[in-house]
Amino acid sequence: MATPLSASKQEAAQHELVAASATGNFASFEAEKLSFMERAHRFFHQHPTAAPAIVLLLAIAAFSFIIGDRFLHPYNMSLILQQVTIIGILGIAQTLIILTAGIDLSVGAIMVLTSVIMGRMAIDIGLPPFAALGIGLFAGAVCGYINGLLVTFFRLPPFIVTLGTWNIFFALNLWYSKSETIRSQAIDSVAPLLHWTGHTVEFFGAKLSYGSLLMLALFLLVWYLLNWTAWGRHVYATGDDPAAARLAGIRTDRVLLSVYVAAGIICAIGAWALIGRIGSVSPQAGMMANLDSITAVVIGGCSLFGGRGAIFGTLIGALVVGVFRNGLALAGVDVLWQEFTVGLLIIVAVGMDQWIRKV
Amino acid sequence: MNNITNVLEGRNLVKRYGSVTAMDGADFDLRRGEILAVIGDNGAGKSSLIKALSGAMIPDSGVIKLDGNPISFKSPMDARNSGIETVYQNLAVSPSLGIANNLFLGRERRRPGILGSVFRMLDRKAMEDEAKEKLSELGLLTIQNINQAVETLSGGQRQGVAVARAAAFAKHVVIMDEPTAALGVKESRRVLNLIKDVRDRGLSVVLISHNMPHVFEVADRIHIHRLGKRVAIIKPSTHTMNDAVSIMTGAMNPEDHQAGAFAD
Repeated sequence: MATPLSASKQEAAQHELVAASATGNFASFEAEKLSFMERAHRFFHQHPTAAPAIVLLLAIAAFSFIIGDRFLHPYNMSLILQQVTIIGILGIAQTLIILTAGIDLSVGAIMVLTSVIMGRMAIDIGLPPFAALGIGLFAGAVCGYINGLLVTFFRLPPFIVTLGTWNIFFALNLWYSKSETIRSQAIDSVAPLLHWTGHTVEFFGAKLSYGSLLMLALFLLVWYLLNWTAWGRHVYATGDDPAAARLAGIRTDRVLLSVYVAAGIICAIGAWALIGRIGSVSPQAGMMANLDSITAVVIGGCSLFGGRGAIFGTLIGALVVGVFRNGLALAGVDVLWQEFTVGLLIIVAVGMDQWIRKV
Repeated sequence: MNNITNVLEGRNLVKRYGSVTAMDGADFDLRRGEILAVIGDNGAGKSSLIKALSGAMIPDSGVIKLDGNPISFKSPMDARNSGIETVYQNLAVSPSLGIANNLFLGRERRRPGILGSVFRMLDRKAMEDEAKEKLSELGLLTIQNINQAVETLSGGQRQGVAVARAAAFAKHVVIMDEPTAALGVKESRRVLNLIKDVRDRGLSVVLISHNMPHVFEVADRIHIHRLGKRVAIIKPSTHTMNDAVSIMTGAMNPEDHQAGAFAD
């Protein structure tokens, strides 16, 4: 009982009194006076990619000032794009998972495993290259499905599930590849399709690889899915507040499962780009890709708590890392300071997110 | 008592959880175009009753009829598809999504033609326009940006969005669980007016509330729940808040009042 018996009438009268003075519109906005910080907060809240975009522009400006034309040259710019291609593609998969308030530690392992499957299907088994590619993509979907099933059906936390499958997929990769590398020449002679992502087109001195273009196309596709389809809205709603999403009639388990399967397929596309980029198929490639993809997503302004972030933030996040690594290397700074800077960026980005998420 | 005027009714509903009896032969009658308040002490079984009516729980036995036809809801979606919308106490809105997105969450509109059927493209424009229309019907259009994130709205505005969503899609009944519990006096007032507006648009409203002044202000009839069943239906015009609380707590014998209230 909220109202004690004796006081209820009195309270009702009081209620009427206060209520009568409430004459404004129900949902009107008072003309608010906002401080600079409040306005900045509101801006970053509405535009999650603004902060990483500003960092990217500042970094480019700073490095062009320090290094000069050598940094700004179209060739170097396209080189950065090539360098971030793998992380960018895995970052797309990672963004989808993180938007649902999950995390996927196995993206790199799925990529390496599927690249080995593509390579062996084409070279050792002798399947037509497109069939090998298709089987690789299917294997990626199966890996994602396993992750998704463990998260939805068995209700295990995504962090633990993917920590486990990271090891499992990586072990399977070593077993299936017999820890042997498939040489670039072998791929060239039998399955040139697998190398297609490594070919480049000249464009005003820039050397764009098909892999990079594939990455950009994937970003566009996932942007469309997230922003212009009901599925995308449901991904955000599921990550934002799963209970509310369920009450609104969304089958959140189905959404989660679809997200993990999509992430697996995207990782397998990453495998294709990986083969093109390094030429060979190596079971040891992409060891750091798991964590680097999370780095790109976090620097890109995606909230690890789910439901908040934009897909192009991840592209910007990957580019920020790429620009810092490239610029510091060109400036002749020791590699360890690249790692230092990336670490700093992650912490600043997460700090920003904590501030931005406050309403 | 004329059954034709009942839009939603429950007869002899029973629900047991182990040795606990949450509903013990509960009856329920909701007439078309009325606001029926459901009150009862904590543990009286009101939420079980409401869950049964909104499809969130399946009773062990008993009959629920919508427009005179027996129905059995397996999930809240079933109830929604039958035209019964529920505004949950925790609002069930997605904080980081915009107003229009929240209004259409789970029943998005797609573009006509190939864009919608093949590319599954959302008709954002139509949803935004319709959201504006729905909000302005309820006097809420002063919300300027229809894509504003719901978390940036005040408690009353959020409640407004949740009520607008229910009112927009309900064909028969809107169930509201403690809609004013988390609100200040000013905002409560506006939500109460909103509830009356919903009724005036021809929908029937079930209002669950602990707040006696609110209940007595907006309700046409008051269903009093005690020990797992309905013990009385009273009218604000014939009974006082003290009567209601006495019946609710068992201090007054409801039989003295029940017959009179059922008669009209």
